Amino acid sequence: MMEFQRVCPFCAEPLDPQDVFCEACGRHLASAAERGEEQQPAADDGDFELPAPNGCAQCGSLSLSQDGYCESCGAAQPRPRDHQERELSGVAAVSDRGVRHHRNEDAFAVAATSLPGGENAQVAVVCDGVSSASRPDEASQTAADTASEALLTALEHGVEPEPAMRGAILTAAEAVAELGRTSGPEAGRNSPACTFVGAVAAGGVVTIGWVGDSRAYWIPDDREGAEPYRLTEDDSWAAGMVAAGLMSEAEAYADARAHAITGWLGADAEEVEPHTVAFTPHVPGVLVICSDGLWNYAEAATDLADLVRVDAQRDPLRAARAMVSFAVGAGGHDNITVAVLPVLPDPAGGYTDTLLDLPVITAPAAAPPMPPVPPVPPHPPLPLPPR
Amino acid sequence: MASLAKSNLPRFTTDIFQNEYLAEGAREVNAIVTVTATGGGTTGGRPLGAGDAGGDAGQSAAVVLMVDCSGSMDYPPTKMRNARDATAVAIDTVRDGVAFAVVAGTHEAKEVYPGDGGLAIASPATREAAKQSLRKLTAGGGTAIGTWLTLADKLFLTRRDFAIRHGILLTDGRNEHEKPEDLQRTLDRVSGHFTADCRGVGTDWEIPELRRISSALLGTVDIVAEPSGLADDFRSMMEAAMGKQVADVALRVWTPANASVKFVKQVAPNLEDLTERRAEAGPRAGDYPTGSWGDESRDYHVCVEVPTAAVGNEMLAARISLVLPQAGGTAEVLTQGLVKAVWTDDLASSTKISPQVAHYTGQAELADAIQEGLEAHRAGDLDRATSKLGAAVRLAHQTGNEGTFKLLQKVVDVVDAKEGTVKFRKDVSEADSMTLETRSTKTVRVAGKKRPE
Repeated sequence: MMEFQRVCPFCAEPLDPQDVFCEACGRHLASAAERGEEQQPAADDGDFELPAPNGCAQCGSLSLSQDGYCESCGAAQPRPRDHQERELSGVAAVSDRGVRHHRNEDAFAVAATSLPGGENAQVAVVCDGVSSASRPDEASQTAADTASEALLTALEHGVEPEPAMRGAILTAAEAVAELGRTSGPEAGRNSPACTFVGAVAAGGVVTIGWVGDSRAYWIPDDREGAEPYRLTEDDSWAAGMVAAGLMSEAEAYADARAHAITGWLGADAEEVEPHTVAFTPHVPGVLVICSDGLWNYAEAATDLADLVRVDAQRDPLRAARAMVSFAVGAGGHDNITVAVLPVLPDPAGGYTDTLLDLPVITAPAAAPPMPPVPPVPPHPPLPLPPR
Repeated sequence: MASLAKSNLPRFTTDIFQNEYLAEGAREVNAIVTVTATGGGTTGGRPLGAGDAGGDAGQSAAVVLMVDCSGSMDYPPTKMRNARDATAVAIDTVRDGVAFAVVAGTHEAKEVYPGDGGLAIASPATREAAKQSLRKLTAGGGTAIGTWLTLADKLFLTRRDFAIRHGILLTDGRNEHEKPEDLQRTLDRVSGHFTADCRGVGTDWEIPELRRISSALLGTVDIVAEPSGLADDFRSMMEAAMGKQVADVALRVWTPANASVKFVKQVAPNLEDLTERRAEAGPRAGDYPTGSWGDESRDYHVCVEVPTAAVGNEMLAARISLVLPQAGGTAEVLTQGLVKAVWTDDLASSTKISPQVAHYTGQAELADAIQEGLEAHRAGDLDRATSKLGAAVRLAHQTGNEGTFKLLQKVVDVVDAKEGTVKFRKDVSEADSMTLETRSTKTVRVAGKKRPE
């Protein structure tokens, strides 16, 4: 596992060093390298010349129009948003168009900053544009960028992560609603809309905020010693039915309406209700936030944990790529976006009281002593699913 | 071309209306292309003499009036008199600086004004002289429209520097003194040299014949059932001609490899199938003639068959542009729009029909139903005629084409417009029947059409 492996910058398929085209998605690898999209040039690339850069991804023709189509076969050429990767110290994210959607309507933002006290803070946001609405790609990008900016500003001014998260969601919601107001919806479609999931990791505390069905999972490094958890509760029809006790989980998720979301950012949202949860991990692990393009293929936290590389703590980008690659390989029915934030417990800083302290099943040898269990306030309700 | 002042060129814009989402395996892509030209300084309603004294302020336009002077124009005599009066009104509408001529048409063509083998330049003096010469318009002889067009073409060719060349043709009868193939040969030769509007006065002329001429020459065809209506009609035709700013504009359709154009039709303001008029214009592209443009808006229905692709793929199905051919084989692109194809497994997206495509498909069906219904009526098949015109009534009602609906009501009694239940009227006049058929290709636009942002 430790030897270096090059992956396709478009679909994260593992590559052989001599590959010029990706075996999985067929895209030309040289063009990506020239655009600077390839994050990790292969160590043994050698000096060989790559032929025909920037040809049509479909037919190889060299005449491509300015507006992004092949002048021969008409195929839309790969766009920057089709596959995006970003890695900063302590956070990484990958987004991919997948296989069955013609454009990537997911968007993400990752950022790192320091709090007024000097502690580092990592921020990640993932948004999934609602396909049946107008310009979903704009909605998700606007929400991710706006929320990330708002979070950083608030955190840098000493605002606590949870109110900062709520504020950022509302600011992003307003920005998406504004998109719908400045230019009207496309015929027969609703105003631009998207889901939201965001995370802040600072001082050993993780704060999650969400609207819609994009999710956050906590995946401990030691899967034997601790249990992975889903941290978010979908704003979806199925989740609503289950929560109301009207249907069993199996029944609800088998229904055609299961994935209809009941909360989103956008002008047509009656009221945006940001959900937040904070928790203090007691063991090292990674926080995974993702769009449903990933979790549709690994819904349960334990299943998703199987997709998280054991070295995710050390190499979050590689872990994110592997998850995206898995979803593409499983059919890529939707756009896939995954952000990975490694989190280490911070015994030196002491444990902050949070709503939720994830139980440690068996204390690993390296784990710090258990902190006192804080009192759990009556609301907001715990978002933990019964798994 | 050289004298075509740049500032007078209208600004062209394109809007594409389509549902680009296709189900797996689907290949047909339909789109409505709205082309709008604005800001060309149209002076359609400008008072006479408002131009510069020099007379060259207007566009470099040339107009030839072709007036039927066959013997039948004297039955009734008001026909010839009204034709003379209408021609005089048309001459009054010719702006200073515009080149013009009047041709008298029988089994041969005669120059009436200026009569020197060329075109006169409009001024108060030449307009007056032209009107005086109209006294020479007397009825007598046969009808060979090809000879009129040939003479008009010859006159236009004396001034190739006039970019906008437009003819107005008036006839009252069949093209009896010329073989149809001779007329076709003439049309093939002169088409592209000038545009022409055709008018049939009375009810003794042939709709298909005149439509063939106006289609070939990218103009309109209409009936003037009452000779007294000629003057107003000539004035509005001439005003439209004076409003043209740019000639020889083509609709260029590029399609990807292994795709084919199923049809290209103008669908507004009237139906005109351009599919067969394609001229190859480089790899995978073809030009369809649209004639000359003033400040106006036209809609085109383009249907393309593309090779199918897997779900998740996006393809450019057609690139539609309006081009102005330049000397040396190049073309200036005035505006362009993209027609796309996106394959999806989302049924809600792929089963949607663009309201614009549906609307114009309905308008084309309406025109077909009228033409087939009247043909069946002529052939004595009243059942078929009633069923076809019933369908026409339903379509006209459904698509809000009130003009056509009113014309239909003169031919059939409408029992139930929504269901298309009609009864043929007993006393249908030839004029009403011909008016309905001539104007069956007139379309209306989608009500409350929203422009995409």
